[in-house]
Amino acid sequence: MSLDKATVAKIAHLARIKVPDEELESLAGELSQILTFVEQLNEVDTKDVPPMTSVAAQKLRRRKDEVTDGGYAAQVLSNGPETAEGFFVVPKVVE
Amino acid sequence: MTALTHLTMAGALDGLAKKEFTAVELTEAHVRAVEAVRPFNIFITETPDAALSMAKASDERRAQGTAGPMDGLPIAVKDLFCTKGVATTAGSHILDGFKPEYESTVTSQLWRDGAVMLGKVNLDEFAMGSATITAHQGETVSPWSPGAPGAWERKIVAGGSSGGSAAVIAARAALGATGTDTGGSIRQPAGYTGTVGIKPTYGRCSRWGIVAYASSLDQAGPMTRTVEDAAIMLRSMCGFDPKDSTSVDMPVPDFRAALTGDIRGLRVGIPKEYRVEGLSAEIAALWEQGIAWLKEAGAEPVEVSLPHTKYALAAYYIIAPAEASSNLARYDGVRYGLRVEGGNLKEMYENTRGAGFGKEVQRRILIGTYVLSAGYYDAYYNKARQVRTRIKWDFDEAFKSCDVILTPTAPSTPFAIGEKMDDPVQMYLNDVFTVPINLAGLPAMSVPAGLGADGLPLGLQLIGRPFDEETLLRVGQVVEKAANFSAVPPFVA
Repeated sequence: MSLDKATVAKIAHLARIKVPDEELESLAGELSQILTFVEQLNEVDTKDVPPMTSVAAQKLRRRKDEVTDGGYAAQVLSNGPETAEGFFVVPKVVE
Repeated sequence: MTALTHLTMAGALDGLAKKEFTAVELTEAHVRAVEAVRPFNIFITETPDAALSMAKASDERRAQGTAGPMDGLPIAVKDLFCTKGVATTAGSHILDGFKPEYESTVTSQLWRDGAVMLGKVNLDEFAMGSATITAHQGETVSPWSPGAPGAWERKIVAGGSSGGSAAVIAARAALGATGTDTGGSIRQPAGYTGTVGIKPTYGRCSRWGIVAYASSLDQAGPMTRTVEDAAIMLRSMCGFDPKDSTSVDMPVPDFRAALTGDIRGLRVGIPKEYRVEGLSAEIAALWEQGIAWLKEAGAEPVEVSLPHTKYALAAYYIIAPAEASSNLARYDGVRYGLRVEGGNLKEMYENTRGAGFGKEVQRRILIGTYVLSAGYYDAYYNKARQVRTRIKWDFDEAFKSCDVILTPTAPSTPFAIGEKMDDPVQMYLNDVFTVPINLAGLPAMSVPAGLGADGLPLGLQLIGRPFDEETLLRVGQVVEKAANFSAVPPFVA
């Protein structure tokens, strides 16, 4: 599998990572190399093999749907790059 | 008396109990050692003040007769564990300034049992790597590097991603360290530095408060200089945690009690598929030696087959990046860490993540995003999860005819910084023997077993049945005793 620059630009956008145009070419090469490497998986017969969802032999535990934690907004916000009046501040979303 | 920094954990506990020295004295010696290893760039954050106040409290507990199982033992913490009020970086620029308001479950249990924190040690950024060279805070140099510190003839890697943890114990600047292992990140650096490292069974140690890389593979574990010390530290790190939905609710054994030395009649599986191309002759010979040691101790070697071994790396390099791309979505410049402004919210996200993540992390996020994207999900991600099932079945089958499996830890001795680094796929081959175990969720450990012709350490890996860390440790100690590994790095603090 070989990725072109446009595909890499599209994935980078989906992943919300700014990649400078001049790096797209080399990145396409590196990613293609990895995708070529993983193609060997097609040699494995996986007919009727279930995709693994949990490596431990246990079902995902459930908990009661109740509030057990909270009430410390100041701590939640303490690492925020920009906060005001009990909220995280981000650039304007709606024009 | 042995220098305090050269003691084992077991030896230090003994000395503390007999009042030969205090926890404060033990910690002061280690704080000086931490300063001495600065040229190797092992610590991201040193916490000498916290260490000394924890040591003082430890001495008080001991005086009152309430000392815990690790009381007074100075350890280092991989900078992937959240530590309350102490910067936690994951080796990334994107977590600039982040000081957690909470403590990871594993570290809180270590402090509960009396351990003393010397500081936070280096790793590959977000634990993605095999050499501890990709952190924003720079590369860690192994104390095994020949030459004077700062003027090395070759800068040897400490392995990764828990390279800081491995280097700090090899350099005698901590008695133990926490590591995490997603594809070999505890065992490979342990093998590269002549130290012991255990990746427990998936679910044994809580993942809560550990910066996530690939959640279905990540597992914390101890790194120490002896198998007995690993048993001591593992016991404190394990245990059920309701805050981690994959934590397994089962009792934690006294792992030290499992170290009986008696492995008579135990069947040791030797997987024929691990005789891979590129396996160095000296590793192959050491592996044979390991088989002979176990045989002499009364174990019975049996050949086993793990036919899907060669596909493990490929499956790993789909599953791990897929999970990483999802886990790392949280670093967006809003709630913590770095923010790089942009004209609107989307630009702010892209600028922050473009500037905050290093190249290898970006590469893995992009691969993960691609294999999870519409139209490729089945071909890549689901295929990889099916292959993962087959790898797990291989081990289930193998453990019908053996009790533990013996392999090398890595295909060669550690490389030097700058070697092997242009080709990402070539770099990934370091993990060829360790990755399958994470995919199968099994416990495994690396034990130092010898030195290569280049004077650098080689390790042997033991793989156990799920939740059978006790057999693993018992056999590990037999290997340790037979190997009698006593080499020390050219530099020790």
